[in-house]
Amino acid sequence: MGKRVGIEVSLAIAEAAKMADVDVVAAYPITPQTHIVERLAELVANGDLDAEYIPVESEHSAMSACLGSSATGARTFTATAGQGLELMHEVLYVASAMRLPIIMAVANRALSSPLNVWGDQSDLMAVRDTGWIQIICENGQEAFDHTLCAFRIGEDQRVLLPVMIHVDGFYLTHVVEPIEFPTQDEVNRFLPPIKYPLPLNPDRPETMGGFTPPILYTEAKKAQEVNIRASKKIILEHWDEFGKAFGRYYHPVEKYRTEGAKTLLLTLGSFGETAMTAVDKMRNEGKEVGLLKLRLWRPFPFEELTEAVGNAQTLIVVDRALSFGGPGGPAYSEIRSALYSNKIRPNIVGFVGGLGGRDLTVTEFEGMVKRGLEITNTGAEKEYEMFGVKE
Amino acid sequence: MKKSESELTWKDLEIGCIVTEPGSSREYRTGDWRSQKPTYNFTMCIKCGICQIYCPEGCIRQNIDGYFEANLFWCKGCGICRRECPTGVISMVDEEA
Repeated sequence: MGKRVGIEVSLAIAEAAKMADVDVVAAYPITPQTHIVERLAELVANGDLDAEYIPVESEHSAMSACLGSSATGARTFTATAGQGLELMHEVLYVASAMRLPIIMAVANRALSSPLNVWGDQSDLMAVRDTGWIQIICENGQEAFDHTLCAFRIGEDQRVLLPVMIHVDGFYLTHVVEPIEFPTQDEVNRFLPPIKYPLPLNPDRPETMGGFTPPILYTEAKKAQEVNIRASKKIILEHWDEFGKAFGRYYHPVEKYRTEGAKTLLLTLGSFGETAMTAVDKMRNEGKEVGLLKLRLWRPFPFEELTEAVGNAQTLIVVDRALSFGGPGGPAYSEIRSALYSNKIRPNIVGFVGGLGGRDLTVTEFEGMVKRGLEITNTGAEKEYEMFGVKE
Repeated sequence: MKKSESELTWKDLEIGCIVTEPGSSREYRTGDWRSQKPTYNFTMCIKCGICQIYCPEGCIRQNIDGYFEANLFWCKGCGICRRECPTGVISMVDEEA
C-alpha cells in the first residue's frame, strides 16, 4: 500500500489522472477546477507525464478535442466546472452517444447570474440527462479513488461510456486532506491499458455520429439506454475490485448509522461529512436519525435506494440546486419518483440549501431534521422549502 | 449492410451507432425527396458538363452517348442543373403523385 499525504484535493485528482497514464488532456481553466488542469499542464511540461496537453479556447472546444482523441482510442481526461460545463453541454451528449470513455472531473459550482463561483450542484443537475455515468464524491480520498476507478469503468468493453466525477467546488477542490495514494505498480495492476474496439484508423474507415434518420434514431437511443442501465452492475463489479485492491469499498447509496433510523437525511457530495457529525450528535441525544449519501447519480440506483431507505418513516432530501418552477430540488423529485411505486415508502421532504457556496452547518442539518418532521407531522402539502433563506 | 435500415433493430447497431462500412451512404436513397425531376432534350446538348459541376448532389454522370444525366436514385430535384444549362436542355417536370 502506498503512503498517506496531505495534499490539495485538486492536485490529488490530477495525480489520479497521471497515475492512470492518460494520453491526452484537453482543457480550459475555470474556477474552481483550475488547479486540476493547471497541475496536469505542469506535469506534462516537466516531462513527468507523457501526454498531449491541448490548451483550447473554450470548454466547447475542450470537450470536442476530447471526442477526437478518445475516438482514436487514446485515454482522455479533462475537467471543468459550472459555466464551463454548460458551455460543453451539447458535446456531452455526443461523447456518450458515441460511447467514448472520456473521464472528466467536475468541480461543482453555481451558475450565473448573479455571478457566483462557489460550490453548488446546479451544474451537476443541468447535465443529468447527457448519458454520462455520474459519480458524486464526498471527500478528497473519494475524489482520488473515483477518478482512478472511472478509467477502469468507462473503458470496460461492456460499458464504453464517459464518466463524470463530481466534487464540490472549494469544499473539496481547494482543501488539503490526508489522502492515501497507491503505488504506481498497484495502479498498473488495477488498471489495464485502454483498448477501444473501434478506433479511428485510415486503414479501416468508419463514420462516427453519422446522420441517422427517424427510421433508426429511436433504435440508437434504445441501445444507449440499455447500455447505461446495464453498466450499473459492471460499476459495482469494479468498485468491488477496487475495494479488494485498495481496501476502500464504495456503494451506490452509502449508509451511515441507518440501523433502526425512523428519520433519514439524504445528501449528495461533501455535505455528507457535515451531516454525519449532525447524525452523531442527534444519535447521542437518543434521536433515531440516520444518513444516506447518494454516490451513483447515473445510472440511478433504484434498487439500492429502496433497500437503503428500508422502513424509515421520513426521508429528508437536501438539494444544492433548484428546478425553477418545478417539483422541488432535482434530487428530491427524482428520489420521490423512484420510491413512488413502492408499497412501503417514507414521507419525503425536500430542502434546498447551500446554494452558491453558502455553508450548511451541523446545527442547520439538525434544524432540517426538526423542520422536516414538523412538515410531515402536520401533513402540510409542501413541495419543498428553501432552507435558511432570509425572509 | 445485411439488413435494410427499416429492418434494423436496436440490437443490430454497432456500438455508438458507428458505421463501419465505408461508402454505405451510397445506399441511402435521396431520390424520394424529389417533387420534380429533370427531363432532357439532348438534341440541344453541347456536352459542356456545367450541370455536372453545379449539381449539389454530385449525381450527374455522362451516359453511354456522352450526354450528362442525373441518377434519379439520388437526384433531389432541386433544378439547379436546369437553371445553369446554357442551351436549355433540361426541363423540370412534376413527379406523379
